[in-house]
Amino acid sequence: MSNGETPVPEIRVHPIKNGTVIDHITAGQALNVLNILNIPNAASGVISIIINAPSVHGIKDVVKIEGRELNVDEVDKISLISPKATINIIRNFEVSEKTHVHIPEIVGGVVKCINPNCISNSNEPVSSKFTVSTDGQRIVLRCLYCERIISEDIGNHLL
Amino acid sequence: MTFKDLHIISMKSFSRDMIDHILDTAEKLEPIASGKTKSDMLDGKVLAVMFFEPSTRTRMSFETAMMRLGGDVLSLGSVDASSIAKGETLADTIRVVQGYSNAIVLRHNKEGAAQLASEFSSVPIINAGDGAGHHPTQTFLDLYTIRRESHLEGLKIALAGDLKYGRTVHSLCYALSLYGAEITLISPKELRMPAEIIEDLRSRNIKVTETDSIEEAIADVDVLYATRIQKERFPDPAEYRKVANSLQITTELLEKAKPDLKVMHPLPRTNEIDPKVDDTPHACYFKQSFYGVPVRMALLALVMGALE
Ligand SMILES: [Zn+2]
Repeated sequence: MSNGETPVPEIRVHPIKNGTVIDHITAGQALNVLNILNIPNAASGVISIIINAPSVHGIKDVVKIEGRELNVDEVDKISLISPKATINIIRNFEVSEKTHVHIPEIVGGVVKCINPNCISNSNEPVSSKFTVSTDGQRIVLRCLYCERIISEDIGNHLL
Repeated sequence: MTFKDLHIISMKSFSRDMIDHILDTAEKLEPIASGKTKSDMLDGKVLAVMFFEPSTRTRMSFETAMMRLGGDVLSLGSVDASSIAKGETLADTIRVVQGYSNAIVLRHNKEGAAQLASEFSSVPIINAGDGAGHHPTQTFLDLYTIRRESHLEGLKIALAGDLKYGRTVHSLCYALSLYGAEITLISPKELRMPAEIIEDLRSRNIKVTETDSIEEAIADVDVLYATRIQKERFPDPAEYRKVANSLQITTELLEKAKPDLKVMHPLPRTNEIDPKVDDTPHACYFKQSFYGVPVRMALLALVMGALE
């Protein structure tokens, strides 16, 4: 570094044979990522969690899961709380695929509407639906039923 | 442009062209609305009127609109006595009632109810108010009143009263922005228009001014739109009385106004307007409630395909 500071050391993570490394998770969201993936209930291998790891872009969280690859729904959910996350699929100790999360236009059945008087929170045969947009850094969800907006602490409203 | 089978849920889905077409149609139907001409345009059609919470005026104006066009009305009886009280979902109720009718007017206490109903209905849903949500037919009738009694183009309008909670005032502002209106917002500080709505309007190049005094604004406007101030919004009854009195429209206040100023109010009123105003040429609120009939006739005839 030109200003003489000690360089930020790269996080050295114990390699896994097969599984997924979710990197660049917004700092503080790792536990919500585990919640989305229903971990530890839906996992059999070792799970490693790094919280507040220094990186070139500030601090981040990292989650490593052995023996499991994520599906599209799970990745969509992660994008809502960590729009910059990357998903690395590891096969035979090698990164076989590396993708950025993709922010969907509409999410259904993922987040609960915060409006207690919203029809999606009553006993109707529908799941919640939100349109997704970004306002610079943040994800903004707008309920398709009542139009209420959720833009903070989305992780607390996950279904 | 076709309106056949269109759900009428929120003002947001209407362009200026669509609004103009609805208002033009209402104007053509006005002689039928007032009973001067007879019509059997909707003969053989059935309108289901489902009010899960009471709103007598809105219900009566829809029923009048349907009957004036020669159609029949099917009303949901008392909710307490029906299967809804036994826990039937709205989705189920709608799937049953669509089989009995050509269109459904729905008023419900939950926000988003009309959107949900439209997902289960093969006949058009007309939203007559969903909780604190949308009430598009009220906005159409407000626009129609302004067009008939004043003018929409280059309008200067002041909105007074509870601008915070009334979403119909919010939709009216958005609709007026399509016509380039100048808007003055008059309210006590507790009931101000949400900032994001004012920002949205300004980003559409609409001139918006905020004040807490009607006196300051009244000389310059073509329409003064008063809304009801609900006592429940104020924890302290004395505070409510202070606000209610400071925003009251009186004949003395109207002396400062343009001679052709129109005063509007989505009735019922409490004490926002002194009854003495009723006898002045400014009073427009009873006409406004009549105009709900031609506007709702236009919407019914368009969504049921009797008119293009
Ligand atoms: Zn909602």
